[in-house]
Amino acid sequence: MLGDLAKGMAVTFRRMIDTVFGRGPITIEYPHTFREKPQRFHGRHVLNRYEDGMEKCIGCELCAGACPARCIYVRGADNPEEPISPGERYGFVYEINMLRCIFCALCVEACPTEAITMTQLFEMSTTNRADAIYTRDELLIDSDGTPHHMFPEDPLANLQELVNADGWMRATAPQGRAAYTGVVAWTPSAGVGVRDPEPPQSADEES
Amino acid sequence: MDAFEIWVTVAKVVGVFGLLLNVTILLVWMERKVVADMQDRLGPMRAGPYGILQTVADGLKLFFKEQITPRKAELAAYLLAPALAVVTAFSLFLVVPIGRPFTVSTADGLREITLNAMDLNVGLLFILAVSSTAVYAIVLAGWSSGSKYPLLGGVRATAQAISYEAAMGLALVSVAMYTALTYDSGGETSLSITSIVAQQQGTWLGFIPQWNIFPLFIPFVVFAIAAVAETNRAPFDLVEAEQEIVGGFHTEYSGMRFALFFLAEYVNMFTMSAIGVTLFLGGWGGPFLDDIGGIPATLLSIGYFFAKVLVLIFVYIWLRASLPRMRYDQLMDLGWKRLIPIALGWLILSTVVLAARTFGMPWS
Repeated sequence: MLGDLAKGMAVTFRRMIDTVFGRGPITIEYPHTFREKPQRFHGRHVLNRYEDGMEKCIGCELCAGACPARCIYVRGADNPEEPISPGERYGFVYEINMLRCIFCALCVEACPTEAITMTQLFEMSTTNRADAIYTRDELLIDSDGTPHHMFPEDPLANLQELVNADGWMRATAPQGRAAYTGVVAWTPSAGVGVRDPEPPQSADEES
Repeated sequence: MDAFEIWVTVAKVVGVFGLLLNVTILLVWMERKVVADMQDRLGPMRAGPYGILQTVADGLKLFFKEQITPRKAELAAYLLAPALAVVTAFSLFLVVPIGRPFTVSTADGLREITLNAMDLNVGLLFILAVSSTAVYAIVLAGWSSGSKYPLLGGVRATAQAISYEAAMGLALVSVAMYTALTYDSGGETSLSITSIVAQQQGTWLGFIPQWNIFPLFIPFVVFAIAAVAETNRAPFDLVEAEQEIVGGFHTEYSGMRFALFFLAEYVNMFTMSAIGVTLFLGGWGGPFLDDIGGIPATLLSIGYFFAKVLVLIFVYIWLRASLPRMRYDQLMDLGWKRLIPIALGWLILSTVVLAARTFGMPWS
């Protein structure tokens, strides 16, 4: 019994020494410091723009069709005299209900123009249900690439993280085909330009 | 007792009060920090530098919270219990000397001022008496709340306190025996804390301090275990086991009344460590005290005292972070089948040795 006791006490003492002098604590002071999130973190969506300020969304509603939670509502409309998107149509109404969204990123996969991507933002708490429905104005990034934030004054608003959009489309050689290594299959976005490719993944590394 | 002594005693009592309040604030913070370190967490960080003011903030919050009184509560006992818990917790510390006595020159000549509020010649007895009274606070709180979980906590407290009070008393008697055996107290009884500390000054062979822990290691272990059980701390915190009986005796207490129990728990923890240091680890004793002398030696001895107390408190916290709560029957087994026989056996042994030393062998 005493041996077990000593063993248990040794574990806690070792952890303490390790925390104080070694690797440090696992937890962080969250609102003051942020954890570095994975490149493909599935956070809040944004609607991207081209570098000339044109919206990438063409109102095709493929994202709404792909959505398993049916949380996206899109209504396309013909471009007006001053075109909003380079295509024939644009997303006239674009709403995502974040209460229903399961953050699966199937909309990102479905999008033919890389208009909708996911960011690393996850602080989306609201005080009522209506605020949880993100409309077109809230989803669209500004012409300088800064995404809109619901509460920019909020201490939790970390606008810097919004720039790091989802890397799924930038994945190079996803199946390990050497011909695509380092190739960015991605149109340039406003404020960011052509995003850097992800570190190449080869079939050897995968296994 | 003249006016000077009265004023000095008043100052010392106020000093003990202030000391224990501040110590509690730091102790709660220290416990949370140490446990956090052992669990790879940060612990409180927001209130003050490294969260050191967290306890102050919590205390203020509790101070302004509503104090709910259950309809079925026995009001007199319900209100008395938290006060009793705090009074016993604070008065227990009065007999513990925290430093070397020093002399001041007054109009009547040199006066010696001891650094315990009351220099009782039955200090050891006082410790036992008051720490037994402290149990009443918990039992009364559990019974008077008029609710089932506090009642269970109170019943557990009764059984646990009786079991471990006996073991602790026997361990303390061993100390008194040993002091009587080895120390010529010059008329003082060996129950006096001052003479117990004085007996532990000096060294064996020039470098081993003459602390009671070396000859009385077994009573020290018994005392340490019983002290953890007495203060109802993990792994013996069955009295307030949150997972089983909500909060035990303090389930129905809120606001400042709960804060008083909380305060009493941490004051008890500090006091038990201080008593352990005083009785077994040489009290305020340490090297170089006689070489320096005067007020600096007193300050240094206070430093020694708190350093030793801190070590024991760390062990308390370490135990809490490491060990799961004991089962009730294991608790009783440990108390009655292990600790009390061990302490009793040691007591008989030391009685025989003391008698042989005093009266000689029966055949001689």
